[in-house]
Order: sequence, then structure tokens, then C-alpha cells
Amino acid sequence: MNAPTSNTSSNGTGGASNGATERTDVLVVGSGFGGAIAAYHLAAGGANVVVLERGPWLEGKDFDHDYLLGSSYTRVFDFVAGDGMSVLGGNCVGGGSVVYFAALPRAPRFIFERNGSIGRRMWPSGVDRDTLDPWYDRVAEALPARTQGWDDVSYPGGLWAAACHNAGHTANPVPVGIDTAKCTNCNWMMAGCKFDAKRSLLFNYLPAAQAHGAQIRPLHEVQHLTRTSDGGYRVHYNVVDGEDYRVHTGSGTIEAKIVILAAGAGATPVILQRSEPHLGTMPHAVGRYFSGNGERLYTVAMNEDRVRDVLGLSRSDGRAYEAFQIGKGPTVACWDYLDGSRPEYERFSLEQLYFPPGLGTILAQAPGVTSGPTWFGAEKKKFLEKWKSWLIIFQMTEDDNEGVFGPPPPTGNSFRISQQMLGRGALRYDPTPNTLRGWRLADEACKDILERDGLSVGAPWTNDVVGAYTVHPLASCRIGDDPATSALDDRHELRDHPGIFVTDGSAVPCGLTVNPAMTIAALAERSIPGIVHAAQQRGIDVKYGAPAPNGATTGRRGVVKLVPTLVPD
Amino acid sequence: MDDEQIRTMTLEAFADTIVPGEKRSPDDRAIAGVSHGGGAVEAGAIELLELPATGVAAGLGPMSQMLNLHAQAYAAEHGLTLDDDVPAFVALAYEHRAALIQRLTAPGHPERDGWVLLVLFSNMAFDLAAHLNTAEALAAGHPGLTAMGFAKPEADGLWRFPEFSYGRPLASLHPDTIASGSLG
Repeated sequence: MNAPTSNTSSNGTGGASNGATERTDVLVVGSGFGGAIAAYHLAAGGANVVVLERGPWLEGKDFDHDYLLGSSYTRVFDFVAGDGMSVLGGNCVGGGSVVYFAALPRAPRFIFERNGSIGRRMWPSGVDRDTLDPWYDRVAEALPARTQGWDDVSYPGGLWAAACHNAGHTANPVPVGIDTAKCTNCNWMMAGCKFDAKRSLLFNYLPAAQAHGAQIRPLHEVQHLTRTSDGGYRVHYNVVDGEDYRVHTGSGTIEAKIVILAAGAGATPVILQRSEPHLGTMPHAVGRYFSGNGERLYTVAMNEDRVRDVLGLSRSDGRAYEAFQIGKGPTVACWDYLDGSRPEYERFSLEQLYFPPGLGTILAQAPGVTSGPTWFGAEKKKFLEKWKSWLIIFQMTEDDNEGVFGPPPPTGNSFRISQQMLGRGALRYDPTPNTLRGWRLADEACKDILERDGLSVGAPWTNDVVGAYTVHPLASCRIGDDPATSALDDRHELRDHPGIFVTDGSAVPCGLTVNPAMTIAALAERSIPGIVHAAQQRGIDVKYGAPAPNGATTGRRGVVKLVPTLVPD
Repeated sequence: MDDEQIRTMTLEAFADTIVPGEKRSPDDRAIAGVSHGGGAVEAGAIELLELPATGVAAGLGPMSQMLNLHAQAYAAEHGLTLDDDVPAFVALAYEHRAALIQRLTAPGHPERDGWVLLVLFSNMAFDLAAHLNTAEALAAGHPGLTAMGFAKPEADGLWRFPEFSYGRPLASLHPDTIASGSLG
């Protein structure tokens, strides 16, 4: 329908530069929430759209139940170790939505009033929970997001709920983007869902964008941007080998009038850093104020007898628990500490979570060790032998946006070590006393709930091996009203570089104390009217107003009144 | 003992420090024998480390040499006499191997990145069997996955858990919960 105009033979798969120039209206970097939502709305509105995605394009039949190196488990996400912080992120068409656990809570109301490290409200004045709710509704309709009943809650989630109740706390089944009728509770969702139960972007925004003519090109890793003589941008990419991501098989450029960066909070700022010699000085906040969403993990081994005797739990086969492996990521969270009356940095959620072995076992510490190593060795092995009785609690706290990116590596966002997944990046994260206090309080809450009445013994993950650890990188190129502390304006446009927008997790100003996918997506939806307006100003024939990818229109009606507020006078 | 034997023995001793196992024979020197059952070595740590996909295979020789130099320095520092029939790191008792690895992987150590990689892959051999198809590894009794109690798949090689829920309310909901399932 709206194929990009080109005077080249490039089909996006070979990618070798042939000296000719390919052009499109809108170039989107990355195909996770930020990229897919933008690609859909702009293509549906009439623009020519090309999406460059650094990872492969896999779907249900390609997703493996296998930890073998080279299976989908290592192909679809990246683990980038930094100094003091390691980041897990999606690396495939669909980005984080393919590898995530599909938990979709909205950010608590107090989050939008946070001051953080700058001593005044971090969010743009135009964004609070009330103004974002209609955009949350749009996303919820599109994916769709749904609530879970107690019948949907896995054994580990039920156990966590019962432990919370035993300690006088509430606990909630979390809203999710999962078709529970298709879900087998296999817990392989980090390798991509083989049963099409997870409603990733492969089922909504991305196919709808394609239906409107958007081109999605996998294994195209954008390196930097330069300017064109007409005020647009030239996007420079490498083509990545489909098996060994350390190998580049070609390179090329595409010119666009509008560029939307959505490569993820661990990669978007790196592209901009590398572009600085060509584009000119970047806003100070590019590559600064990174937040790991205050994340930290706490692992316990349950005492099966106490689970039965204290909590009154038993499975149909008579066992009390022994079910760590069973389920679908997180199903239940305790939100009692998400209390806006508590001081900043002392609010957090405690969410039951499954992490597969490897990533989910290496950093766990054996509890009660008084001498010798805690995260490896004989005591750790004994702890591993209780793996079936493990429970992991995911703490999402308020950190201090203390992450800073160092100089970019030669290509991509890391120096790749392994053929897939493992790389070394330039992010530095030295947790402040505020962040450390939040972690300590969350640890104490976990301990209080889980060790009460002899239910379990456990410990937080060590930060001494790969630093802190986040699956929800945020804020490295954030929106705000203050040019000194935000890289983007209220409409997600990069300050001093008109025509470049950022719509991924880097735009979120701070840690959210809950899983951020819903907020990243809602902000991306909210950014679209402004991007469409900028595109129109650049002569692109595009309109705002597409329904949800499935044709539903309730969400669109809900934002009608807000759209004029997002377009410049 | 040739260079290849020194390298393998040193790496085995390193992996065994991360996830210890029982000796393969009474005269096994690489494995310290401080744990029962198979450890990282039995699980396939050397096979995994040597795969080109890991990106560390080319550095294994130099790293094993460095580890033995560190072990000699550690022994001198602690007044330990090392048996020279085996590489220096292998000659260390388990608690000293562990203490040295803690030192090498501690924040601030200049070689930390490389040693952390060896630790990661040693672990991954045991608790992930990353060099093997998971279903086949389980069928063959892989020591790590078996010790952890990792469930076996169904006949088609896929995991499904039809019984997955206690199926009843187990806590009160937060009072501010709204229809979307989030807090209002």
C-alpha cells in the first residue's frame, strides 16, 4: 500500500551498499513497543515506513524449549554487562514483547509526582496518571491486556499470595497480555512463546503496520545518523549475520524525513552518542539518568512442611509446593508498599517471578553462609538442589537515575563476546544511598513475609558479579520540561535535533516501581499525535486517528480530547 | 604433563570450585571432592567453554596460565607449599581455590571481566546444560538439571503443566485495585 520510495534495488535482506540512496518518510529503529506502535500509527495514517530491527524475526514455530546455545533462548535477547549494572533486553522483531513476562500493570499515581535526583518534578507537566490513563486504555485494547483470576494464578503466585496474607498483606493477580486459554504454564516465555499465548507485538501492532505497508527488516543494526541537505536524516546500519551476531555481512543507509528511535534504553542513547560528531552536540541527558527500574531479586527455598502446615497449601498430587518451574512468569504482586504517603525511595512492589536457570540461578546466594562464597561453591550447590522449592521475588523500587553511559563501542551497544546474547557495554551505575535504602527496605519486607513462621530461608541476589541487574532499562533519553535534565521535550522530540523522536523505555523519566511495558506503550501512543504533526510539517501526507490494530475504536474515542494538547500551536 | 593437560586440569579445577562435585577416581586431582554427585565438570563445563559460540574458547589457554600464576602468588602470600606434580591452582585446597576466585571476581579487580565469564559458563554447564539440547540432556541424566529437579518434557519434547494452580483466592486484593487490575 505505502511502500517506501526507492531508487535502489535494496530489499533489506542483503543490505550491501550499492551507492544509490533509499528513501522513506519515516524510519523507525527497533520493533519493540516504542517502534511497533509508532510504525503502526504512521503507516496506517499514510506515511511510508521502514522499521530496522537488529535482531532476527522469529515466530511461534521458531521458539524452542531448549537452553542450547543457538536456540531461540539465546537468539532473541541480549545480556549486556556494564560497570555496576547489567541489562537484559529484547533482540528480535517484537523486541521486549517477545521475551518479556507480559505483566501489564499501570504505574501508580505517585510515580508521576516523583522528584528523584533533581529536586523537582521529573515528569513533564502534561503527564500524570489521569492524563495517561486514556493512553493506557488504548494499549489495553490493542494488545489486549486482561486481568487474571485466582484460577489463572500459578502455584508460585498462589504461594506468594498466601505468604503475603499470612503476614497481613494484600496480594494481587497482575494484569497480563496472555491468552490463558492457550497458555500451558510451561514457563519458557523468555525464549518466545511457542503456543502463541503471549500477546506479543507479533500479533497486533506489527502485523497491522505491515498491512498498511510498513517494511520490517530484521538483522539491521543502526549505528548512527547523519544529516541530509534537506533537513532530514541518513540512517547508517550494518547487516548482522543471522547466527553469529559478532559478524556483519553488509551495511547501508536509508534517508528519512522523520527518524523514530526505539532501540531500547540500553541502545538508543548509544546510537545518539555515536551520531554526535555528525549531528552536533546532544542534549546533556542523552545517555544519562539511566534507571534500572530499581530492580533487585530475592530468592528463597520454601520449607515444604511449613507451606502445608502454616499456609494450608497442597497440590492435587499431595505435594505442598515443589512447583517453582510451573507457571507463566509473574502472576501475583504485593502492592502494599506502593503507598504515596511513604517517602520517595521507600515505595516498591514485590512480585513473584520465575527466572529460568542460568540467568535465574547464578546470582542467587545461598542463605545462612557465614564464611566462604555465597554465590558459588558447595553451599550454593546445596541451595540449587532445592530449586523445585524456590520462590523468586522481584523487587521494583525507586532508584536514583544514576546510570551513565560511557563512550560507545565500535558498533551496536556492546562489545559482543559470544555469538549471541552476551556482550560488554559502557553503562556505569553506582547506586546512591537512596537506591541502596530502597533495596534494603525491600529486602527486609521480603524477609519479613517469607521467613515468618519458618516458611523459608533466602537472600537477595548478589550485586558483586555483574552489578545490579535489570530487565527493565529506562530513562536514558528521557522526556521532561527541563532542558538540563531531559533529552526530549514533552512530545518526545530530541532537543535541538528536530525530526528525531524517541519512543521507547529511554523516554520514561524514572523507575516506576512496577513492570514498565504498559507505561512505555502508553507514552508511545501519546507521542504519536506530535510525531504525525511533525511529519506533516515536513511534507509527509499522513494523518492521526487509526483505530486499534484489531479495528476497535473505544480507545481512540477516549483520547480524542487529549490529541489537540499534544500538537504545537 | 603437556600444555593441553595443564590447561584442561586447571580449567576443571576452576569449574569444580564454582559447582563442586565428587572425584571421578581416587587419584582425581582437578576435582577437589568437596561435594556429592556430579558438579560443573561432570556436567560438561570444559565442553561448553570450548565451544566457539561462547567467545571465550581462544582465551582458555592464556587464562589457565594466568590462573596458575595467581595461584603461585596466592600460595606465597599465605605461606603454602604447592605440590608441583600438578598445576599450581590444582595444588590448592578447595577453600583456597574458592578464596582466590572470590578475589579475582571481586569488584575492582582488573581481570574481573574474564574470570566472571569463566564463572558464568561453568555455572551454565551445570544449571542450564547450555551445550546440550535440554530434553536430551535430561533424558541422559545430566547431573545439574537432574540435581535441581528440572521436570522432563512431554513426549513431543515440549513442557506443559496442566496442573498449575491452587485455584482459589489466597489473599485479599489491595483496596485501591481498579477494574483494569492495576492500582487506581
